[in-house]
Amino acid sequence: MAALGLLIDYEYCTGCHSCEVACQMEHGLPVGQYGIKVAEVGPWQIHADKWQFAYVPIPTEQCNLCGERVAKGKLPSCVHHCQASVMKYGLVTDLAKELEAKRQMVLFVP
Amino acid sequence: MDFDNPLQKQLPWRWQEGDLTVTRSNAWSGPGCHEGCGVLIYTDKEGKMVKVEGDPENPFNQGRLCVRCLALPEVTYHPDRLLYPQKRVGERGEDKWERVSWEEAYDTIVTKFNAYKAEFGPQSVVFNQGTGRDVTWANGRLCYGFGSPNSSDFQSGMACYLPRLSSLYATTGSFLVADCSQHFPDRYDEPSWTRPECIVIWGCNPIISNADGFLGHWIVDCMKLGSKLIVIDPRLTWLAAKADIWLQIRPGTDAAMALAWLDVIINEKLYDEDFVEMWTLGFDELAGRVAEYPVEKMAEITWVPQEKIEAAARLYATSKPAAIQWGLAIDMTKESLPAGQAITALWSITGNVDIPGGMVTVALPYGADIWGGDWGYSHLSPEAKAVRIGLDKYPLLQWGLPLAQADEIVEAMLTDDPYPIKAIWLVGSNALACMGADPEKLMKALNRMEFVVNIDLFKTPTAVACADLLLPVLTYPEKNGLRAVWYHIGNINKAIEPVGEGKSDAQLAIELGHIFNPDLVPWETVEEYFDAVLEGTEMTFEEMRDAGAVLYTDFEYKKYEKGYERGDGELGFNTPSGRIELYSTAYERSGLDPLPYFEEPTESPFSTPEMYEEYPIVLTSGARHWASFHSEHRQIHRLRAMRPDPIVEIHPETAAKYGVGEGDWIWIENHRGRVQRKVQLTTILDPRVINADHGWWYPEKEPAAPSLYGMWDVNFNKLIPWDPGRSGFGANYKSLLCKIYKVNQGEEAQSWLP
Repeated sequence: MAALGLLIDYEYCTGCHSCEVACQMEHGLPVGQYGIKVAEVGPWQIHADKWQFAYVPIPTEQCNLCGERVAKGKLPSCVHHCQASVMKYGLVTDLAKELEAKRQMVLFVP
Repeated sequence: MDFDNPLQKQLPWRWQEGDLTVTRSNAWSGPGCHEGCGVLIYTDKEGKMVKVEGDPENPFNQGRLCVRCLALPEVTYHPDRLLYPQKRVGERGEDKWERVSWEEAYDTIVTKFNAYKAEFGPQSVVFNQGTGRDVTWANGRLCYGFGSPNSSDFQSGMACYLPRLSSLYATTGSFLVADCSQHFPDRYDEPSWTRPECIVIWGCNPIISNADGFLGHWIVDCMKLGSKLIVIDPRLTWLAAKADIWLQIRPGTDAAMALAWLDVIINEKLYDEDFVEMWTLGFDELAGRVAEYPVEKMAEITWVPQEKIEAAARLYATSKPAAIQWGLAIDMTKESLPAGQAITALWSITGNVDIPGGMVTVALPYGADIWGGDWGYSHLSPEAKAVRIGLDKYPLLQWGLPLAQADEIVEAMLTDDPYPIKAIWLVGSNALACMGADPEKLMKALNRMEFVVNIDLFKTPTAVACADLLLPVLTYPEKNGLRAVWYHIGNINKAIEPVGEGKSDAQLAIELGHIFNPDLVPWETVEEYFDAVLEGTEMTFEEMRDAGAVLYTDFEYKKYEKGYERGDGELGFNTPSGRIELYSTAYERSGLDPLPYFEEPTESPFSTPEMYEEYPIVLTSGARHWASFHSEHRQIHRLRAMRPDPIVEIHPETAAKYGVGEGDWIWIENHRGRVQRKVQLTTILDPRVINADHGWWYPEKEPAAPSLYGMWDVNFNKLIPWDPGRSGFGANYKSLLCKIYKVNQGEEAQSWLP
């Protein structure tokens, strides 16, 4: 079967944690366990007007890409609720093409 | 009826998905928030809510949802929810309560309120509320139905949006918001809309705070479409890090910054001469005043380099359209009205008024008064209107929202001057731990009252300390209701049976209002009342529910060129001159300075240099976190885990200077008191400024006094005075001075368990 993945445009991830909680509620995960977890990189100052301040959501061992939802024609819960709309679900082969279009992108195959 | 409104997308409001029932709704309080996102509430065969999802069909949030609504089942089903009315049986503060019936609760309220009315007049009962609830309208109706002119909040200077609204109303006759296409059901695809070339984020972090019906992530949408950003904030927020220009402003100097921008824009003739000529009043007077605030001087005051201020002003003025998303920091300066006036002048003289991607004028959708608290005020007798508290001292209160002035209410409660206050109706407000300044003073005032009714989802420190009667309200999936923001109106649809005996905030107000004054509050059920509110839509509550997620209004730009701004149909704006009044005749009539000005925070390195020696750090507060809405959500485990402790952000250099480190508990102290916070080291702040969380209490700690849920050690408001601006609006909640030192071992306010 063709591999499926999550494409994340981390240039615009605001670190809102909606993916984390949407996943926890969808999959009944207890507090402290995550199917996807947001990592914070920064903030630190690179030079006068330039800062490193990014968030990247990282799927965990407990991510099943919401197989049951997808089977009903829905998006994975994290993708559906992402406030910054930076997550895309699909075939890895399709998503990989988008990596070439812009920087600060990452493709996960959980 | 058939729904032929082309703006209405007909969608089912309830359907089945396998074993689950889905109910479409709009999310609004409780818990509180300022939005109204479209939600889908999933319930199982037993009728239990299992999850909440964002409604992809609702153009407002387009399926997105924040953590607080995602975690809603854990709020609604929380074991600490208030489930039935209770009356106090011990002393205030002892936390001893007895369950009573609604009949007894209503009898008590009606008997007591009417007794105070008979002896002291209806003005002796004050109807106050917190922020972000869907009860403003009904609360006003209850207040005015009872006959009291006193409806307000317990916040010094009513320093939350109301100063900006009053400033806008006085100078433009309307309200304006940044245009991110939110008036259109097809949003960013709408052909008449243009993305702002430049967005200024002024004194807020909208992606977290989501204030006043503006979903912060619309900014991110616009960034992706190419909007440039200028961020004015003492903290490097995520948006500031992404901005083209970040101005790291000293807290409380927003008016100085706005005047500096005006100085640059006027001197360099970057304003829109045609718009100024055609549609504004008093440009020359404004220019004269602005000359008193030259950019080089304002650079010293704001702690932002002159070149950066100039670059930002130029970028803003040469970008068209440009929008300004402004925030609470403007209200939370004592002289907030002139600050708001200066910022309004910026978008006015650059001609960014009511154009696509600029600042658009907004009105209540279909006349449905859901925001405003003045619904029914006109029915008060002239005698009742005349005794509204604060009116004599603050004449500006005559125009705009008919609020009683909060600081004056507290004074009246303490002194019986100008007349005795006997009872408080307090809905959705944990004023002692959240919006009230100086909580000791507020508690003393509340405890002089003979009768305090508190209405909320959970028992709070305010309830335990001061309430005599505690009434439970419903979370939004448990009730029917309405949500209107400037752009649209929609139903809150009941999806589950209430978990206890609670009523909706609106139901309470309407039922009691009907008892007090069936002429002004004629509705027997809350649904009849909704029908009345919806009159302008020509739909009933049920028809509205059947019609889809939300009903949009027909929006047009440049309404001032079409005679839509004024009641008389004349062109121009709804001000006495018909123009945007850069020189405000409303302020002049109220004995206020008609032109914008800057005044130093009452306590600051410049206004009180001696105090600055003893308290050598500038202290700001109130930055929002994802996991809570003000003092709400502290007991929700999943959310609390994201922010277990009250935090103070400190620059590492400053921390080293005072011998404190990451994770240490420190006292933050000024001449009014001290409060604990846990240190988080960060370089996002100027080393001269620290930033503390607000709204903290510990639901897991002892409720009874003196603990009051461990509130006193962590209540930031102990550092803030009741001290409003000259207009009665604004207060320095975010610009104080302090010193810091470590908490003795064993005395830390730490509380959270894993």
